[in-house]
Amino acid sequence: MTDDERARGLGVTASEVNHHMQDRERGEGLSFWLVGFFLLIALPLLNVLPGQDSWLHVSDFTLNLFGKFLAFAILALGLDLIWGYTGILSLGHGVFFGLGAYAIGMNMMLSIGTESVYGSSLPDFMVWNQVKELPLFWKPFYNPWFAVAAAILVPTIFAALFGFLAFRSRIKGVYFSIITQALALSAWLVFNRNETNLGGTNGLTDFKTLLGFRLSEPGTQRGLYVATVLVLGAAYLLCRWITRSRTGKVLVAIRDSEQRVLFSGYSPATYKLFVFVVSAALAGLAGALYVPQVGIITPAQIGVLPSIEMVIWVAVGGRGTLVGAVLGAVGVNLGRSILTNHFPELWPFFLGGLFIAVVLLFPDGFIGLIRKIRGGQSWFHKPVVTAER
Amino acid sequence: MAEGSEAAPPPAAASTEIEQALKDLASEDAAVQEAAVQTLIAQGDAGVLPRLEEMRLNGDRSLRLAIKSVIDLLKNKEKLRSRRPEERRSAAADLATIGKPVALTWLEAALASEPDRWARYTIEESISLIKLAGSDPAVKAAAAAKLGDLRSQNAVPLLKELAGSSTLRDPQGRPKDDRGATGSGQGSEQAPSAGSGQGDQASQVAQAAQEAIERIESWGSWTSAIETLFRGISLSSVLLLMALGLAIIFGLMGVINMAHGEFMMLGAYATFLTQEGFKAYLPGGLFDYYFLLAMPCSFLAAGLFGLVLEASLIRFLYGRPLETLLATWGVSLVLIQGARVIFGDLTSVVAPSWLSGGLQVMVGVQLPYNRLFIIALAALCVVGIHLLLFRTGVGLKVRAVMQNRDMSACLAIPTRKVDAYTFAFGSGLAGLAGCALTLIGNVEPGLGQNYIVDSFMVVVTGGVGKLAGTVAASLGIGGLNKLLEPSFGAVYGKVLILILVILFLQRRPSGLFSIKGRQVES
Amino acid sequence: MTERGSIIYLEAVTVDFDGFKALCNLNFIVNYHELRVVIGPNGAGKTTLLDVISGKVKPVSGRVIFGKDQDLLPMREHEIATLGIGRKFQTPSVYGNLTVWENLDLSLKRVSKGVFATLWAKSTPAEIERTQSVLATIGLSEKRGVRAGALSHGEKQWLEIGMVLLQDPALLLVDEPVAGMTDQETEQTGQLLQSLADKHAIIVIEHDMEFVRQIARTVTVLHEGTVLCEGPVEQIQADPRVVEIYLGRKKEKEAHAAAR
Repeated sequence: MTDDERARGLGVTASEVNHHMQDRERGEGLSFWLVGFFLLIALPLLNVLPGQDSWLHVSDFTLNLFGKFLAFAILALGLDLIWGYTGILSLGHGVFFGLGAYAIGMNMMLSIGTESVYGSSLPDFMVWNQVKELPLFWKPFYNPWFAVAAAILVPTIFAALFGFLAFRSRIKGVYFSIITQALALSAWLVFNRNETNLGGTNGLTDFKTLLGFRLSEPGTQRGLYVATVLVLGAAYLLCRWITRSRTGKVLVAIRDSEQRVLFSGYSPATYKLFVFVVSAALAGLAGALYVPQVGIITPAQIGVLPSIEMVIWVAVGGRGTLVGAVLGAVGVNLGRSILTNHFPELWPFFLGGLFIAVVLLFPDGFIGLIRKIRGGQSWFHKPVVTAER
Repeated sequence: MAEGSEAAPPPAAASTEIEQALKDLASEDAAVQEAAVQTLIAQGDAGVLPRLEEMRLNGDRSLRLAIKSVIDLLKNKEKLRSRRPEERRSAAADLATIGKPVALTWLEAALASEPDRWARYTIEESISLIKLAGSDPAVKAAAAAKLGDLRSQNAVPLLKELAGSSTLRDPQGRPKDDRGATGSGQGSEQAPSAGSGQGDQASQVAQAAQEAIERIESWGSWTSAIETLFRGISLSSVLLLMALGLAIIFGLMGVINMAHGEFMMLGAYATFLTQEGFKAYLPGGLFDYYFLLAMPCSFLAAGLFGLVLEASLIRFLYGRPLETLLATWGVSLVLIQGARVIFGDLTSVVAPSWLSGGLQVMVGVQLPYNRLFIIALAALCVVGIHLLLFRTGVGLKVRAVMQNRDMSACLAIPTRKVDAYTFAFGSGLAGLAGCALTLIGNVEPGLGQNYIVDSFMVVVTGGVGKLAGTVAASLGIGGLNKLLEPSFGAVYGKVLILILVILFLQRRPSGLFSIKGRQVES
Repeated sequence: MTERGSIIYLEAVTVDFDGFKALCNLNFIVNYHELRVVIGPNGAGKTTLLDVISGKVKPVSGRVIFGKDQDLLPMREHEIATLGIGRKFQTPSVYGNLTVWENLDLSLKRVSKGVFATLWAKSTPAEIERTQSVLATIGLSEKRGVRAGALSHGEKQWLEIGMVLLQDPALLLVDEPVAGMTDQETEQTGQLLQSLADKHAIIVIEHDMEFVRQIARTVTVLHEGTVLCEGPVEQIQADPRVVEIYLGRKKEKEAHAAAR
């Protein structure tokens, strides 16, 4: 929908306020293309073209690191949809992320073939656990396209089931958060078990190839980076389309007054389920892109702590704005990788402080801070509630 | 030792016999040595132990072996007369393991004068065990029956051997390991009829053994059920101690305190520090009492911290439960890392001696005192909180604020103070829970994380604002946890509980004991 | 509308809140094109009555029939809303972070309010026109682009009334519409409700007796979960039982209402 169509759709054409809105959306469109160009074309070119010594050179390591952050950003977009817009705090998104990551990880595990340490066609950990035959549920993952489909569909279906039960019985607010946290704990426990044949505590690792490309090649990593940027762009457009549609307005309405939505003839449970499932699918996608770039997925990345950390990315960037979610995911993770490199002891303090600061001092995150500094009209259309009730 | 000097004078004949036997022990002749051993065992007492020890140190291998069995027997014989019932029990059990028929007379003598019920039980068990290993089939069958009466778990391996070996080997003749019967009369090359007569006797023993096993095992399923129940209640009481504080804070202020587990951790470290303080500055005799001081200390430490947290953070976030959840999670991260930096990864607390051991309630069921203590503490807390909330003026104010904050403020109830103190009280309860936890586990920075999700499930399932709900939910979740554990394993048990809780919330979305009516939705 | 007979029919409805009977064997009928005012002291079960009709509270026994033969008991709230029962809450509930226009736009009656239909939906010119006319009716045309959270209390009440109107309900449930309004706003609200009564059946809960006198044709008095009496407003005011439950138990309230 273009801005004009949209304005016509609302039947408001001349309102002064609406001009601001259009300006803002145009501005967002422009920055979308600028950022897109930078991430998609400039960064990979800077990786390839300048010499190693040039100050413009972007190292393979940095590019790979950014690829990882941008994969997180995809997840943050989904989390923002459900938390920032709809007001439902999920503390279990690590699970959906993990399901996507494990799906791709399983395919890569199988594609190692006999290159593994034990030289068996089975993954190493199975040899180690004395599993003689490949479990049935692993077999379809020989097909990479099945794995890709599973990376999206498994989290989707799982979220649909879980969400159906939770929203149908009107579990909301902190109750929902706590239940999803228990979900993250349960998933972590189950993935840790050896008998589930998912690699136990050590997870899946030692990948060699993806779709026949060797993961150790810089070219493969560059390709994965570009794929991540493209998927992120698509996810952003999808989320923008949803939030600007009438469904998006219903989501915000649910956050403001679920009762009113209910008595206006909408079924909030269905809308919540929809947004929960979309965000779970995005999380699965993020996991799928994350795992070949990082080379390992373990239960430690899907448990209670990582799940709640994901929330803080969105909070730091600015919930209720899609740009904020992306910025937050990249920013916090950048900070994390710098800090854990230099002061590993300090990172938990920093993260804890971040949680406190963002709730207490900057409830609208980075984007909110910028708006505050710029001041003026943009406050009006801010799709963010500061206080939840 | 007093008894040694007392035993020495009376029968001079005996003492000379012992002297002779001590000399004979060193004899080259195996028969003489054996006779000396028998004499010593039959007539010796604690008085000869030092001399035997001395001989063992200097003797050769065969002497050492001979002396060792004498020493073991005599030591336990002595211990049978100990003043502490646990010692008498362990002596009786040891004698059964040694399995020398000579011990029977000592045990029977001890049994006659034994006042303690459980010591008597063990002595009887030992007597029957020794008899069961004996030779006379009739005695064996009787012993098996007696062991069945006693529901003796210890007898099961031996009984199984008896039951299994004779049923298997009966058709081919005499069971091989029934060597006692062989020695007791007829030669091994007997007429087939005699052999089959013996087979009858053996099968009688086997039958008695089989019956005994069945009785013991059916009893065993009871005891394991009771133990499961107890473990369930024990876990429930830990959850309850933790959930009580959470539920009060959530019910009153709508605050989700994710740092609650870390308050528990603080309480555990306060206990640890109290213990260290006792070790360093007070005489060792007082050490056992450190726990009594540690309890108020941990309550105060966590409570004080709660007060600070409320004043500096929570009060800005009232009415925004999701935000408190995130902020307090941040606090918990900081606290965990702080503890790790200060105390390192693992420390442990020595439970006071008055909480070691356990209470034997029936055959095969011993309830550890430390677990009982925690259960009692949890029960005490529930009663205390109930009285505090419903029988005091302070409690009335707290409940008033819980139900209608604005109205209470209008009635000049200092709602801010009520909030602050309630938060501190809830935190203090967590500290107390942490103190109790040191009795059953290590003290580590991540201590609280192990229970936090479970205790939140308790709060969710129990519903807000009702003490009974919290109690029922922690009993339910703790009990289910332990009930499901044997058949599903701890992990799948937990997963199953999550599913059950979700299904339960389908029927009662706001918990077990929620208040129905208009005000709930708003 | 040409329908005859009752639009809502409650028979022997009992609502039990953990032993407290909020409604007790209640019978209650409202016909098409009727404006009915329900009064009663606090705790009489007025709001619970609306809760039962709109599906928020399920009675333990009794029947609730909408129109000719539509049983409401097995239905969920949003389904009942879609059938054509609109509800205005006591405290204004609008979407604070959406604009006035968006608030109204979301409430508009549509063929489908499912997720996907809504995702692709665009307003037709007829819908826009209708929204604009309601916007004019509630006097918020100037503020269509304003975030609803920034409106005054009275404006929010009106906005919510507008939202309910756009649902085009056959039956309108209104809970204390003039609480917290100025005298002038109260007057205007009364006129609005009366003009709506031509097309819709309306049930209004109100405490303000002056307002009741302004709008009421038939008044139902609830007391302790049952209907105490029913009739024209003059008759009700003269009924000694009504005087007793109001004066006997709520002296201040009546005095307060009279003072207005």
